[in-house]
Amino acid sequence: MHPQNPGTTALREPGSKTELFLAFNFMALQGVGGVLAVVQNEMVERRRWMTRVQFLEEWSVAQIMPGPNVVNLCLMFGGKYFGLPGALAALAGLLCAPLVLVLLMAILFGGIADLPSAQGALRGMGAVAAGLIIATGLKLASALPQNAMGLLVSLVFSSLTFVAVGLFRWPLAWALLGLGSVAMAYAYVRLKRSAIVHHGDSA
Amino acid sequence: MSMVLSLSYQDWLNLFLQFASLSLLGVGGTITTAPEMHRFLVEETHWLSEMQFSSSIALAQSAPGPNVLFVAVMGWNVGLNAGGGLAAGPPAWWLGLLGVLLTMMGIMLPSSILTYSATRWAHRNRDMIAVRAFKAGMAPIVIALLVATGWVLTAAHNDAARDWKLWLLTGLSCLWVWRTKHHVLWLMLAGGLLGALGVV
Repeated sequence: MHPQNPGTTALREPGSKTELFLAFNFMALQGVGGVLAVVQNEMVERRRWMTRVQFLEEWSVAQIMPGPNVVNLCLMFGGKYFGLPGALAALAGLLCAPLVLVLLMAILFGGIADLPSAQGALRGMGAVAAGLIIATGLKLASALPQNAMGLLVSLVFSSLTFVAVGLFRWPLAWALLGLGSVAMAYAYVRLKRSAIVHHGDSA
Repeated sequence: MSMVLSLSYQDWLNLFLQFASLSLLGVGGTITTAPEMHRFLVEETHWLSEMQFSSSIALAQSAPGPNVLFVAVMGWNVGLNAGGGLAAGPPAWWLGLLGVLLTMMGIMLPSSILTYSATRWAHRNRDMIAVRAFKAGMAPIVIALLVATGWVLTAAHNDAARDWKLWLLTGLSCLWVWRTKHHVLWLMLAGGLLGALGVV
């Protein structure tokens, strides 16, 4: 029932803009503490709109472009299948219902913000959200063996980035521009070399 | 907690422009520009109190939906403050919605236009080696950024004697999500409950 390796099972495509709207609505409403974990699970494992490798690629782009990551991802995904209307349908799905909900919560919370139990609940949910984000990273790491740079080099770049951002608290832009550009240059050389080797027989 | 501001047209415009100017800086997530928002909204203009600012972020984190909605909550609170607080009735609510509209449009429009057009281009040229190298090179970085984000959130609670239960909760949540296919919503509810009861 649950495919262990979504990379090898048949992929589907979203059928309509309505499906996009509803799907992103559904994902957004499930995504407490950030939507990424849910989006990854839903798009890759449940709906099989893309493989883990594809998701990671799309997510990398969404991450490095300015703006909210999940918003970028849904603009890109909607745009890929239905152009601008598709992008807007996905975006509306992502934002509308959660926006109403969060404002209602703000109104309610305004009255109880000072209660220790309300603050405790935020604390507990924050701890869960942190675990969720880490787990999403670990899940996506399963796509690294297919990376053009090779598993070992990929892991080196991952470790360096973690140390820089997680332990030394470098600004994100440094990590993205510094380590990112070195990694991209290396990937470029690798891809270029394999393109020359396979010249003629690659599609 | 409520305060009364009087905001001119110029102020509303500035609110929009401030968020629009941050839009293109939010590489790696809008939350990375939160320190700059704090400087503007709390320290410079005093449109939000310290408490309103931090609870806007915490609330949006614990609500369903994209994290960027913390910006909407900030806009809402600025508008409410301008209208004399929630209790002041519909005029304040409308100003709250105006705040939501201006901050969200500001933070979303520039980055969305850029992302949409740039990625359409990249998709048409997806076989170019440069485009493929970009994606392959960024993948391990992005994975590490996710893990680092979770780590930074956890390490913010740094008193081992008191916070080990929070760390344990984070670790177990991570394993649960990584290794099982159960729904994360239950986990969130459990976390909220444990916190509300004072267990963690």
